[in-house]
Amino acid sequence: MRSADRPLSPHLQIYRWQLTSVLSILHRATGVVLSAGTILLVWWLVAAASGPDNYEGVQDFLGSWIGLLLLFGWSTSLFYHLCNGIRHLVWDTGHALDLESTYLGGWVVVGATGALTLIAWIVGISRWVS
Amino acid sequence: MRSPLGRAIGYGSAKEGVEHWWAQRISAIALIPLCLWFVAAIIGLVGADLEAVQNWAGRPLPAILLVLVVIAVFYHAALGLQIVIEDYVHKELAKLGLIIVVHLLCFAFSVAGIFAVLSLALAGSG
Repeated sequence: MRSADRPLSPHLQIYRWQLTSVLSILHRATGVVLSAGTILLVWWLVAAASGPDNYEGVQDFLGSWIGLLLLFGWSTSLFYHLCNGIRHLVWDTGHALDLESTYLGGWVVVGATGALTLIAWIVGISRWVS
Repeated sequence: MRSPLGRAIGYGSAKEGVEHWWAQRISAIALIPLCLWFVAAIIGLVGADLEAVQNWAGRPLPAILLVLVVIAVFYHAALGLQIVIEDYVHKELAKLGLIIVVHLLCFAFSVAGIFAVLSLALAGSG
């Protein structure tokens, strides 16, 4: 059979949405988001290194509602990519690859992401207010 | 006329495909404790003025860990973005160009980050 005649495997839109595929897509998406978001970290460091005026500017931006929204998205993405990354590392050892474990691990990742994000922001906001 | 598969059969693997995979896992493992430390440290700095940040970054442990975070993050990001580009960009020239740009940008950002940490640290300790 010539390469051109070979059947193609069905693509994304053929499948029903399910936890495992959504989490897989999210892992890649949060990876890209975090790559962009980490530029924010470098900006903060460079601003802090270049004196009080620049540092004030970054702090004001991060404290604004759009800055806080970015930080919230960044922290959620980080916790998700971290938790799901650990899930991937477990898979790399050849463990927990059966259907039941992938779903269980998936829900654990979702729960842990929510819990870590919540804890981080509760502690952060309580420090901000005090 | 032979299919691409037919042509490849018998040549075996290039024997060097796993380096990228390993580098991605090792940087991932390093980033687990580094990220948790970094988030905790950032929360500890909420509302801090520049002097407090300088004093914090001037201590050896935070300064060293910050540099490690910057290196590991951008190394891991470059490796990950490369995979994303390879999966979705199919024009050879655009693919190669984007991968080169991403790697160079990640390198530049990590140099900027390391420089900033060092000058912060030296301002704090001086």
